Amino acid sequence: MTPPLLEVREVVKAYSMGSVLSRHRIRAVEGVSFTMKAERPEIFTIIGESGSGKTTLARMILNTVSPTAGTIRFRGTDLSKIWRGRDRLAFMRGVQPIFQNPFDAFNPLKQIDRYLFTTARRMAGLRTVKEIEDRADQALKKVGLSLVEIRGRFPHELSGGQLQRIAIARALISTPALIVADEPVSMIDASLRMSIVNLLRNLRDEMGVSIIYITHDLATAYYISDRIIIMRKGRVVEGGDARAVLDNPQHPYSIQLKQAVLSPDAAGSGGALLSAGLVESQAELGELT
Amino acid sequence: MAPATAAPRAPAKENGKAEATIEPVLVVSGLRAYFQTSSFGVEREVRAVDDISFHVGANEIYGLAGESSSGKTTLIKTVAGAIRPPLRVLSGSVVFDFRGRRVSVYDSDPQVMDEIRWKHLSYIMQGSMNVLNPVRRVRHSFVDFAFRHIGRKMPEFMDIVRTHLQRLHLTPAVLDAYPHQLSGGMRQRVTIALATVCRPEFIIADEPTTALDVIVQNGVLAMLRDVQREIRSSIIFVTHDMAVHANLCDRLGIMYAGRLVEEGRTADVFKAPKHPYTAHLIASLPRIGYVAARKGLEGTPPNLADPPSGCRFHPRCPLAADICRRQAPPMTWSSPGHRVACFAAATGSAQ
Repeated sequence: MTPPLLEVREVVKAYSMGSVLSRHRIRAVEGVSFTMKAERPEIFTIIGESGSGKTTLARMILNTVSPTAGTIRFRGTDLSKIWRGRDRLAFMRGVQPIFQNPFDAFNPLKQIDRYLFTTARRMAGLRTVKEIEDRADQALKKVGLSLVEIRGRFPHELSGGQLQRIAIARALISTPALIVADEPVSMIDASLRMSIVNLLRNLRDEMGVSIIYITHDLATAYYISDRIIIMRKGRVVEGGDARAVLDNPQHPYSIQLKQAVLSPDAAGSGGALLSAGLVESQAELGELT
Repeated sequence: MAPATAAPRAPAKENGKAEATIEPVLVVSGLRAYFQTSSFGVEREVRAVDDISFHVGANEIYGLAGESSSGKTTLIKTVAGAIRPPLRVLSGSVVFDFRGRRVSVYDSDPQVMDEIRWKHLSYIMQGSMNVLNPVRRVRHSFVDFAFRHIGRKMPEFMDIVRTHLQRLHLTPAVLDAYPHQLSGGMRQRVTIALATVCRPEFIIADEPTTALDVIVQNGVLAMLRDVQREIRSSIIFVTHDMAVHANLCDRLGIMYAGRLVEEGRTADVFKAPKHPYTAHLIASLPRIGYVAARKGLEGTPPNLADPPSGCRFHPRCPLAADICRRQAPPMTWSSPGHRVACFAAATGSAQ
């Protein structure tokens, strides 16, 4: 039996805060477990408010932050046991990130094609200029762009949607099995957002790439996800099949979350549906006083 | 600059029946504001606001939608009179009517504008972290922003601030906190409190909830709506999130590449969008419970330094005809209270 693509078991991450005298620990992620199977690619969505630990979890899966307790295995390899450069490179080929703000992800003084070429050289191990350019062009074609369009361009010459496509193309160069996308559409304009979301769906359906999609937008999560977990304060409060969970949430927090989503169908209601949030604000006041 | 004598009339008075009763608080007519730079003899002109006319009625929330670089922030900065070179106003006028007191932003003395700001016209900014001084307590920000405009003695002023904070479901303890001690939602509520403490007639809100989570966003919007109802002010609310517009705004204006392309009552715009861009924006919104494939819009937003000829939307428009490439469509009334700038919409085929 092949090992699962990704196995996250009872992962905990605690950060120490404060000075020497008033030290306390914040548990950003507390006992999260899930498994992604290797046989069938899927889009696995992590939903949560800011401070719920979803980005910390993503960083642990990318192996840039190591968990305080628990294990993460990628294709059976424990991430904390990766020491050698060769193993690390193999891991990075298999798991690639996409970040939230494409304008921050790229150096404004660097031509955008350099990122693709460097990735092709380092991750895919290509040597000749022609091979590298062909690979970059292939990856760009998959996201609806081509090398001719972006050669020699700087980030400020491209729109947010194009940059995010290039970020995805860059991630695809090493033919990864898993892409970790941390809020990939929250900085993208409304008219371009759906094309990026559709692109993620195509990656799953046509290229067999599994995606961990991190977001706080329930509507796009419903649109593309297969499975979903809802996180709050580092814990998973509810999880399962995406449609089932979002159609009929059980946990009080999930219900509140779904109620707070503003529906475009309420046009002209004059704010009748705005109210659910005040419950939360009262709780917040309690913490300050 | 338009002569001050040419008092602009509200377009609604000529056309709509329903809005004829509403006195406009703000009338913007023919406003053009360009970024003009010249370095080493190279002249560049970015037409961020190009011939925009609209009005906002009393006690009304007017939504402005559009993607980034569509000029919506430039428009509201120009409306607020908060512009600096290289941004220049080339023509048009912005006239406020603060309960009988008429102020034309670009024909008034700076002293008049200083007096108006915050007392009658306030501004909720996007990044709450950048508005509040990170090294001073929140109390200091209130004194800084509002003390002079309220014109009371200090203890009395602090009482007013405390009651106002309680009205916004904030404990007066926030006054002694530093901004970093507050959560994002609380900070945003503090900036809303700052903008409303003088009970202004007009509030300009620039993406006040963009960085917030759904639950917090919902609460902040509900609060803004309650405050608006209580002090009966008008709001221009800018965001690119159509779902927020649907739930909050009375009327909605859609901007594309520096121009207003459609305007109407929110329910009308969502039910029967006339401009192909609006129609696309609304059709592409994902909804919980629907999984049918939704298309993104092809192409990229235009570069405002070199905008396309004719209608600026034509390179991405599925209905583009020959005339769209040559001529910019004028804003025309399609039904009472609903106007659109599109040749195709005039024949009723935009949907």
